[in-house]
Amino acid sequence: MSILLDKNTRVIVQGFTGKIGSFHAEDMKRYGTNVVGGVTPGKGGQTHLGMAVFNTVKGAVQETGADASIVFVPPPFAADSIMEAADAGIRLCVCITDGIPSQDMIRVKRYMRRYRYEDRMTLIGPNCAGMITPGEALMGIMPGSIYLPGRIGIVGRSGTLGYEAASQMKALGIGVSTSVGIGGDPVNGSSFKDMLELFEKDPDTDAVLMIGEIGGPQEAEAALWARDNMKKPLIAYIAGLSAPKGRRMGHAGAIISAFGESAQEKVEILKSAGVTIVPTPSSFGETVAEVLSAMTKAA
Amino acid sequence: MDIHEYQAKELLARYQIHIPRGGLAYSPEQAAYRAREIGGDRWVVKAQIHSGARGKAGGIKLCSSDHEIVEAADSMLGRTLVTHQTGPQGKLVNRLYVEEAMDIAREIYIGFVLDRKSERIMIVASSSGGMEIEEIAETEPDSIIRATVDPGVGMQDFQAREIAFGLGIDNALIGRATQTLLGCYRAFVDYDASMLEINPLVVTRRGDLVALDAKMSFDENALFRRPHISEMRDKSQEDPRETYASDRGLSYVGLDGNIGCIINGAGLAMATMDMIKIAGGEPANFLDIGGGASPDRVAKSFRAVLHDRQVETILVNIFAGINRCDWVAEGVIKALREVGVPVPLVVRLSGTNMEAGRRILAESGENIIVAETLAEAADKAVAAWRAFTAGKAA
Repeated sequence: MSILLDKNTRVIVQGFTGKIGSFHAEDMKRYGTNVVGGVTPGKGGQTHLGMAVFNTVKGAVQETGADASIVFVPPPFAADSIMEAADAGIRLCVCITDGIPSQDMIRVKRYMRRYRYEDRMTLIGPNCAGMITPGEALMGIMPGSIYLPGRIGIVGRSGTLGYEAASQMKALGIGVSTSVGIGGDPVNGSSFKDMLELFEKDPDTDAVLMIGEIGGPQEAEAALWARDNMKKPLIAYIAGLSAPKGRRMGHAGAIISAFGESAQEKVEILKSAGVTIVPTPSSFGETVAEVLSAMTKAA
Repeated sequence: MDIHEYQAKELLARYQIHIPRGGLAYSPEQAAYRAREIGGDRWVVKAQIHSGARGKAGGIKLCSSDHEIVEAADSMLGRTLVTHQTGPQGKLVNRLYVEEAMDIAREIYIGFVLDRKSERIMIVASSSGGMEIEEIAETEPDSIIRATVDPGVGMQDFQAREIAFGLGIDNALIGRATQTLLGCYRAFVDYDASMLEINPLVVTRRGDLVALDAKMSFDENALFRRPHISEMRDKSQEDPRETYASDRGLSYVGLDGNIGCIINGAGLAMATMDMIKIAGGEPANFLDIGGGASPDRVAKSFRAVLHDRQVETILVNIFAGINRCDWVAEGVIKALREVGVPVPLVVRLSGTNMEAGRRILAESGENIIVAETLAEAADKAVAAWRAFTAGKAA
């Protein structure tokens, strides 16, 4: 069925009364997400979109029993909002905000470590499209209609490239258990490996599609973990074959600055770890279908 | 965002890092005057461009007379320097830095980076300074010392001491080395740097520790709180295509190919460029139009892509999530009529209301090649580009 998010997850929106927060709060609710309220400091006590507004995340958690939050707060204040969520006992926080300074994210990660592992909040993003468990709940900005409910997990950095993959799969009748966007920033909440661990444990996921890109060590780290620990098939694509070294390709983290960070090098590492490579961004659907049919034959 | 050597040195000097006496010059006469102000009998004239490896390209000259300084300055100013870091187009020299020459006993490397694996600031140091760090990593990997800083407490004295002793610095200079390392760390944090490099940090014969060269880059996401750093931006060091696009709020990277790209989302943009390459073409640029893809942004994007005279075909690939394809299609047509696109145009729309969007494009009467899949879009763009260049040749 899913990882992290389902129809019972009680979601609050941080940056609730802003234009973007309002738009997506309604969209998520329409999809079936259990949105229970929101936070905008200074607007506590008001009602917005038929839901209660709170001054603090702690207040919202006390009143609504929320266990998840989605952050639409502007970049200068977003890191603070994430730490507020962690401190209020939120279990899952999805941060959509693009443009948070790296040193703020370093502080966020350090702050989150003050909680015991079992009590620690899972952070998805920032600079991501969020996550969706098709047919159940949406915590993000992606169009829900392109995801068919099913048994393939998706984890990727990019929003629209993830949409491309999901819609190619939908065209072939292949559905998704949960799709997670971990975001394009150099310092992010959850890594590819973190998500693979959850998908591996999830009884409702049969295989995982990982959509990586140039820059950083996370794809290689995930591949090595998968080689040693993962029984489910892992399929991967790395974007940025044509990206020059040392240039930032849109995402703050999409830059080749060290050995092993180019698309070619990552593909080699993934291949040698036994990961099935999607050869072109036009063949997400076919490649997943091939892996699935090989699994059926083997079974 | 990068800054010049002299700007980085000015910043670091405020953190008690020793730098040679020096001054800025925009003309050969100023360069000679600077040298006289500094005094001494040997000076170094250094071209200020956003690139390392300037020495081999003729951008650093040791001089011992007025005449030599004027000659060196004259040979650099107004010239485009090509180093292995600038790419073949090189960087324009429009200012020089004149410094007193140092008596060098030994050269050390120190660098500070954001390490993505540990998600901390990492210090990288080596006793084999003077070479680039990639070269040190290859030839003297054992000389490299690394340490990461706990963001909860910041860099500690003992960490700086360990590095200083590890570099084999004399006891008499350990205090100075510790101050230098801690100063660099504080500057890195205070200004939201993403990279800081002193290479070489030299031990002088007079027993001082001096930053002979300095390089700093800054986190663009943090510039909102660093106006002082924004002021140091030098547009003459940027690709003019990128300056044009960034001034219009677009995320754009200029490349060497001929097929211009307008795409929403960084990942999809990279993937589309990859697809063009697989289809046998070369992308002219990376351009992420962002979430909205409003007619206004589409028009701006067309202008930015066409600002590059190498562009001979444009490929638009939009995956409409929040917005709708019919709306994006109308935006494309409006932009097309407003801007005027003198090269073949391939458009692929996907997502919400894509049939309606494709219909609007097909019925517009404009010369638009419509594609349904990503592979088809890349194939059609490369075919259109080949036909266009063949037509131009004939």
